[in-house]
Amino acid sequence: MTIAPGKKKQKIDRLAELAARDDERGVSLWQEAFRRLRRNPAAIVGAAILTVFVIVAVVGPLLVPFGPSDTIGIREGLIRPGVIPGADGDHWLGYDHQGRDEFSRLIVGARQTLLVGVVSTLIGLAVGALIGGVAGAAAGLGGRWGRWLDSTLMRIIDMMLAMPSLLLAVSIAALLGASLTTVMIAVGVVSVPVFARLLRGSMISQSNSDYVLAATSLGVRKPKIALTHVVPNSLAPVIVQATLTLATAIIEAAALSFLGLGNPDTAIPEWGMMLAEAQPYLDIRPGLAVYPALAIIVTALGFTLLGEAMREALDPKLRK
Amino acid sequence: MALLEVDDLCVTFSRRGQRPVRAVDGVSFAVDAGEVVGLVGESGCGKSVTSLAIMGLLPKQPGLRVGGKAVFDGTDLLQLDDRSRRDIRGRDVAMIFQDPLSSLNPVIPIGLQVTEVLTRHRGMKGAAAEKEAARLLDRVGIPDPKRRLKEYPHQLSGGMRQRALIAMAVACQPRLLIADEPTTALDVTIQAQILELLKELVRDSGTALVMITHDLGVVAGMCETINVLYAGRVVETARRRPLFRQPRHPYTVGLLGSVPRLDAGRGERLYPIPGSVRDVLPWPDGCAFAPRCSRRVDACVGEPPELVLSHDDRAYRCVNPAPLPGVTPGADVRATVPTLAEPGSVPAQAVPDDPPTVPGLNPAPREEEKP
Amino acid sequence: MTDTDILVEVRDLKVHFPITKGVIFDRTVGHVKAVDGVDLRIPRGKTYGLVGESGCGKSTLGRALLQLTPPTAGEVVFDGVELTTLPAGRLRTMRRRMQMIFQDPMSSLDPRQNVESILTEGLQTHGIGAGRDDRRRIIGETLDAVGLPRWALSRYPHEFSGGQRQRIGIARALVLGPELIVADEPVSALDVSIQAQVVNLLDELQDNLGLTYLVIAHDLAVVRHISDVVGVMYLGALVEEAPSDRLYREPLHPYTRALMSAVPVPDPDVEDRRERILLAGDLPSPANPPAGCRFHTRCPWAQPTRCVDERPALREIGASRVACHWAEQIASGEVRPHKVEVQVTRPLDEGENPQVVSAPTEPGSYV
Repeated sequence: MTIAPGKKKQKIDRLAELAARDDERGVSLWQEAFRRLRRNPAAIVGAAILTVFVIVAVVGPLLVPFGPSDTIGIREGLIRPGVIPGADGDHWLGYDHQGRDEFSRLIVGARQTLLVGVVSTLIGLAVGALIGGVAGAAAGLGGRWGRWLDSTLMRIIDMMLAMPSLLLAVSIAALLGASLTTVMIAVGVVSVPVFARLLRGSMISQSNSDYVLAATSLGVRKPKIALTHVVPNSLAPVIVQATLTLATAIIEAAALSFLGLGNPDTAIPEWGMMLAEAQPYLDIRPGLAVYPALAIIVTALGFTLLGEAMREALDPKLRK
Repeated sequence: MALLEVDDLCVTFSRRGQRPVRAVDGVSFAVDAGEVVGLVGESGCGKSVTSLAIMGLLPKQPGLRVGGKAVFDGTDLLQLDDRSRRDIRGRDVAMIFQDPLSSLNPVIPIGLQVTEVLTRHRGMKGAAAEKEAARLLDRVGIPDPKRRLKEYPHQLSGGMRQRALIAMAVACQPRLLIADEPTTALDVTIQAQILELLKELVRDSGTALVMITHDLGVVAGMCETINVLYAGRVVETARRRPLFRQPRHPYTVGLLGSVPRLDAGRGERLYPIPGSVRDVLPWPDGCAFAPRCSRRVDACVGEPPELVLSHDDRAYRCVNPAPLPGVTPGADVRATVPTLAEPGSVPAQAVPDDPPTVPGLNPAPREEEKP
Repeated sequence: MTDTDILVEVRDLKVHFPITKGVIFDRTVGHVKAVDGVDLRIPRGKTYGLVGESGCGKSTLGRALLQLTPPTAGEVVFDGVELTTLPAGRLRTMRRRMQMIFQDPMSSLDPRQNVESILTEGLQTHGIGAGRDDRRRIIGETLDAVGLPRWALSRYPHEFSGGQRQRIGIARALVLGPELIVADEPVSALDVSIQAQVVNLLDELQDNLGLTYLVIAHDLAVVRHISDVVGVMYLGALVEEAPSDRLYREPLHPYTRALMSAVPVPDPDVEDRRERILLAGDLPSPANPPAGCRFHTRCPWAQPTRCVDERPALREIGASRVACHWAEQIASGEVRPHKVEVQVTRPLDEGENPQVVSAPTEPGSYV
């Protein structure tokens, strides 16, 4: 059990070194969350799916072998009543009912899906965070007027929450008429109450924390405390929610298209619309429904995996 | 043979991609019937994990390894299957936790929670169980027990909740009671009530009590034998008076020097231990306390210090313990604390008056066991 | 004590929190009298210690003194300036001179700020220091004073141990060069060996900088160790105030005696010898405090007359101030203790009980 003197000396040196401590920079919470995220296999899988999805959405339409609305099958006389040909050498996933290349349509559809998902989530996030932020700041830092403003805003949000989300989206889409913008607004509005409630709740709990009291006792003004302390510390759950909302936004946008309330411009393929169009041909070519459905599921799964992993990484309770 | 003998208990948590953590590292101690044994240490020293491991209450997760033995009345608690362990738990061995509110089920009345224990282990039913439950609540000093039985945990104050929890723990007259920081969440006047109650229970029923706490004052008033833990190891074991009067391990010395005493004067200097528990050796062997130790010598960082059995029925895990007053002339115990560590200045060996080091990690023999 | 330089004077301070009920419109159904008429004076350069159990209103008193919780009534005079009626702007300027140290060093530091940013915030707010370099110099000196290394500046709170975090909290208070520091349970969240480091640090800083402290804690031993004068609070009011040594030698109020006898001392001989005064039952609800002397429901010396119907005022006995009708008779042994029937108290609804902030947080015991 004895140790060579040289080795022992080394250890003592190491101890002194440890006491002196190195001079590396500190690791912020975001950096640490990112580190944890990188170690989580679910996050890696989610991020990989999303990377592929985004690349496909951005550059895919430029590379596809066939035009998405090019009715090759009809031109070449391959489509006859009751016959929709499957995959062949050039057309990897076969043709749809109008003889268009299914693979090209899927790829081009990704861009539409990404656009709708991101824009509608941004709408929901922006409006929701604004309402929630104002309510949260009013409730957490304000006096009597603050409480009044907060309850008024929250009652409005409660009313929105009381309506089933898809019904709300359908009503908005029906009210504004079918267009791409309508889909985005409809899907976005649905997520407004979620973001508003989340940010408000998070801000109120942060407002009661000791470091806000500490800032007050330093003499920092209330608006500045709200902006520099309360809001930044309340954002983590909102960001996680945004990632998760992207998944539901994609599904909801597809649902609206499926119901015929989507983009009326049928030249641009969209996964939900493709799903709806495939319905009558389920018995002949189930693949036409399976491919867009799979695309929706996998993409939504990617966002959900990443979102859940982010929730875990950002959760202060799980920090060591 | 003592009632509970814990021998070389090891608990290791390992996570993928991280170095395994030895939360408990070769802890050994023994408790006799009617005896109060203390496990003292700061947060992270492994005292709670020790108790949870003995009770088999550690959350089952991959990477958790429990080694060693915990022999209770001839059976090794660590080897039992879940069923027989549940039988023993509550009936023969009971536990009291720190936070009474989270240990009680919030949606079930106190009475039902007490009678549940009685039904499970003593087969009592209906009115008989209720009567016994009321008697138990009365026993632990809850006023108007019949009415309290129908109340929910949130309707009781912190002290009353802890009493209710104690009532549940003693419902089956267990032979061993493990109290994990039973008074930490309570105010001092309530703490005094609860400690008095525990003392009474031990005195009246001969229950053995393992008292887990960070408060040296609490052990000074209650425990006959005290084990001081640091970083998962027992660093010193001694009877109450010798430990407080002549602490040998520098950590114990440091702890005693750190506590402001009620009976000390204003401004009397405290002698804190430098650094924090987080400062550990970057390698697993060697004394875990070495980085903070004022009596550190070269040998401290070489290999894990073995348990030294001292002549006065005590044991410590240190190669350079604080000298006993009178044995080493002019060396007052307290005076050794504030001096700065000078590595290499003191010869690396145990103090001469000690018997030779016992190889292995056997616990110190106790008075009761000696022929 | 009248001839010394008084930095802070609190006169008849009251903080009542409304208890509200209602679904849409809140209506007030009662008040929690967290602080109910407290008078105290803190001499410059001295330490005033405030002890009491959770729910006694000591933390609320500390916050009300700093105007972090608006007082319901009463006056707080800081160096000749009445704070309760001060306009918001001037109060903010005054904050530079009175700072606070919190119980939980983790929750009192913004987790997204690094140490430099934490320490700069106050300097910027008050326009201290000319430029970045000057501020860096001030911050550097403060770090030295609290015993933190320079590399700490770029680090974040979660990278430090509990004791170091508390040092950061102390540095944040200190960097403004305050005269008064209110320390609310400054060591109760720390491990024993770390507590002593922080206590010593506070002592040292007072010696070097001439600080005035108001130390609020539930641990009588800690408070007595660092305080010149100790005030004992029970249900929103002071029951006894005495110089630190005198309080230990000659506790006059029955509650002080009980408190003193309940504090465990790490010495087997003392523990075995002493006689415990066990109080019956729990603290009554501050929403509905007992009439007369607030302690009479648990007091082993309570008398049938006066205690029940007349609220005792603080009166001077020797160097102490005591709020007990029978203090002299109890001291002389004329009035003997008796057994007290336990009265059941209901815990207040958690959400409506803003003053239960001083419960000792347990040192994390799991791994």
